[in-house]
Amino acid sequence: MVAISKIATGDGHGENSPYFDGWKAYETNPFHPTDRPDGIIQMGLAENELCFNFIKKWVMKHPEASLCSAQGVNKFKETALFQDYHGMPEFRQAVAKFMGKVRGGRVEFDPDRIVMSGGATGAHEMVAFCLADPGEAFLVPTPYYPGFDRDLRWRTGVELVPVVCKSSNDFKITTNALETAYEKAKEDNLKVKGLLVTNPSNPLGNILDRDTLKGIVEFINEKNIHLVGDEIYAATVFMEPEFVSISEIIEEVECKRDLIHIVYSLSKDMGFPGFRVGLVYSYNDSVLSCARKMSSFGLVSSQTQHLIASMLSDDDFVDSFIVESKEQLFRRHKYFTWSLSQVGIGSLKSNAGLFIWMDLRKLLKEKTLEAEMDLWRVIINEVKLNVSPGSSFHCNEPGWFRVCFANMDDHTMEVALLRIRTFMLEHNKAMVPRKLCSQSSLKLSFSRRRDDFMSQSIMSPHSPLPQSPLVQART
Amino acid sequence: MGLLSRKASCNSHGQDSSYFLGWQEYENNPYHEVTNPKGIIQMGLAENQLCFDLFESWLVKNPDAVSLKRDGKSIFKELALFQDYHGLPALKNALVDFMAEIRRNKVIFDPNHIVLTAGATSANETLMFCLADEGDAFLLPTPYYPGFDRDLKWRTGVEIIPIHCTGSNGFKITLSAIEEAYQQAQKKNLTVKGVLITNPSNPLGTTMAREELDLLINFIDDKQIHLISDEVYSGTVFNSPSFVSVMEVLKDKNLEKTQVWERVHLVYSLSKDLSLPGFRIGAIYSNDSIVVAAATKMSSFGLVSSQTQYLLSAMLSDKKFTKEYVSENHRRLRQRRRDLISGLEKAGIRCLDSNAGLFCWVDMRHLLNSDTFEAEMELWEKIVYDVKLNISPGSSCHCVEPGWFRVCFANMSENTLQIAIQRLESFVSSIATINTQSHEELKSLRKKTRNNWVFRLSFQSFHDREQDDR
Repeated sequence: MVAISKIATGDGHGENSPYFDGWKAYETNPFHPTDRPDGIIQMGLAENELCFNFIKKWVMKHPEASLCSAQGVNKFKETALFQDYHGMPEFRQAVAKFMGKVRGGRVEFDPDRIVMSGGATGAHEMVAFCLADPGEAFLVPTPYYPGFDRDLRWRTGVELVPVVCKSSNDFKITTNALETAYEKAKEDNLKVKGLLVTNPSNPLGNILDRDTLKGIVEFINEKNIHLVGDEIYAATVFMEPEFVSISEIIEEVECKRDLIHIVYSLSKDMGFPGFRVGLVYSYNDSVLSCARKMSSFGLVSSQTQHLIASMLSDDDFVDSFIVESKEQLFRRHKYFTWSLSQVGIGSLKSNAGLFIWMDLRKLLKEKTLEAEMDLWRVIINEVKLNVSPGSSFHCNEPGWFRVCFANMDDHTMEVALLRIRTFMLEHNKAMVPRKLCSQSSLKLSFSRRRDDFMSQSIMSPHSPLPQSPLVQART
Repeated sequence: MGLLSRKASCNSHGQDSSYFLGWQEYENNPYHEVTNPKGIIQMGLAENQLCFDLFESWLVKNPDAVSLKRDGKSIFKELALFQDYHGLPALKNALVDFMAEIRRNKVIFDPNHIVLTAGATSANETLMFCLADEGDAFLLPTPYYPGFDRDLKWRTGVEIIPIHCTGSNGFKITLSAIEEAYQQAQKKNLTVKGVLITNPSNPLGTTMAREELDLLINFIDDKQIHLISDEVYSGTVFNSPSFVSVMEVLKDKNLEKTQVWERVHLVYSLSKDLSLPGFRIGAIYSNDSIVVAAATKMSSFGLVSSQTQYLLSAMLSDKKFTKEYVSENHRRLRQRRRDLISGLEKAGIRCLDSNAGLFCWVDMRHLLNSDTFEAEMELWEKIVYDVKLNISPGSSCHCVEPGWFRVCFANMSENTLQIAIQRLESFVSSIATINTQSHEELKSLRKKTRNNWVFRLSFQSFHDREQDDR
């Protein structure tokens, strides 16, 4: 009996990772405020739900963008027939402009260097197909997004070699770590074709500083390997320091531009994962030409290209959206991290992304992967929160967890925080501030705590909290 | 300078084929009724532009579907966040019903066995990744859609071995042709993983007979390999015989739930039947749940936009609309084909008898200078550059017999079609004039200069061509 392919029967799809186990557990018992108040709260999904009302208003005011209204209907035929893999010019222009604005106007993007893909997922696979042959390798700093194991390797046959980053220096990507990984690849007889960095980082939620970026660019130039910058969280930088893109660094340092490629998407920055708007931006003409042909396997629906083109061409909307999004993320991040600190839970200092990198090392029975898995099972089954264990991100040190905060409403956030507080109290692992009342009046004290927090309003000129992004936006 | 992959540096993307060169030529000089009446008329694009008025009135009556509302309430957020690779259930349910309707409800499909993909392009590639390893082979009857060379082979590393079909029997698949292809594969040390057919056929425009499907099922059963049936044109069968899907034949042979049934997979899309190529709505249907599971995960690389899934779920759920659309579409296609055929007949050109698709398989063997592919290319170049019609030469579809061309008829206005026919008629009558001269005279003429008739036909373009290097 002729079997199906090795690719189909193997587990290169990566779904046996604990990252997905938590999702599966969530799916069997999902939290709902009224129907299922004891269900599992999803904190493993890096989605941005904070700005939908803002975006929805625009969509309602612009029916022609959705091909309704008389003007819209007239465009239906032309749109429905448009399958040119170059993509609609107005779509590429609008996205290029948006990318520039997200980088504070410090760099301009050429619409003709944009190639569409089926989300960032499709973009990563496409880049791997263009740059590497089966058996060749990419270096990827750890911890990294679990999906890369599938996206870069599954159907391409490309290998990933981790660049191990450590908590002792806040997981910085040092030249030393890069060199070590490169040598390891050589020892394993793997030809390294490129380095993939995610900036802002998933799962860390921080950005690469200028020196690190320069070090990276020097490294890839010296080794003559490609640099792929996944910048899908670029617009989620809600606080200083300011985001520095690879596109800016290559203007400042010597660099072979043919080695530079950026992966982008609207799934995180705008909260549109369903629309599958991904792209590859390459400074290499041959890669562009090849990628464009490959994009046939995952073009953006012309209906969606039309909507996005209209939306992102509206300068007023885009400028307001970028500010609003930062503001919402800043508030949510601040409240969440503050609440956690009240029960002695710390996280890596972060200024971007839709999640925090939570430090639960001191809750581990021992510094092992098994202990991390035990703790994780407790968090899912007893605390009823789906969080993602650091091991699923290939973190070299047990005890770290990625916890998402932007994919829920305020009420759900409160419930999640209450559960965390309860758990910490029960385990007596944290220093409990005196203000906290006894367990029986937890609810009351909790809401009072929120009032405490909110009274130190970030809008107040006397706020002890770090700068609101609104201050930043003026520059 | 960093090296790229072998895939990036080779030309398995297939775009150096004449199929695409003709398109490029058209892009440089596209016909327009008003602004460029001497331009090249695109007859190489299998698109259906005949029924957009029906969509437009449906949209006006159903604004919620495009404005992302349900019962007047915005569901923008819900759709923007929907990225589940299982797909929108409402769309899958409506799609399987639509597919069943096209098959006169002789087959029922299970929505849990359908996988949504970004167009049939992605569906075909995904199935290759699921069913074959790098270096394995699939057998394909010729002539076949040129895009398969890219879709099935490029990134997958799978090989295609042709099953040669000829005009002597209307290009039908024969057992000896299949067996010969299978042996060819064995000689090359290739493991054959399956057969891929397109039914209705592109480029032939014909539906497969039950006997052919029966033959194929027996063959794959015997060899224990897969059968993929690309049925993207199933909704364009505008004349009898009615469309018979391989799934129907399996059912009639009482082979449901058997091993061979699990090895039959369909590819579908709304690009041809509903003329929505820009929306990238494709699908894989498999009876094998392992294939469904693997393909579902792979669809992450090319999901259908949720915005589009929602629109189509509304459209396809409107059974009254889909019935009217399909029947009106058939009527207009039938008429359009009739117009093309009668025009060609006047020019003494015949076509393969066809009952489906958006094109005709045109027999221009009698216009060739010799029974060779060089002669076919020569003729094609004249038709593209001098007659200014972009049609697709049979060789780009891997046809073994020179002289056949695919000519599309549904992607233009009635007016434009008539102009195309007139140009062809003029061309053919001018060739007829030449054919009265002796063969020898012709040879010596060619030795000295370009053909006089070309010179007569288009003085201007002749001089333009002299400057180009081709």
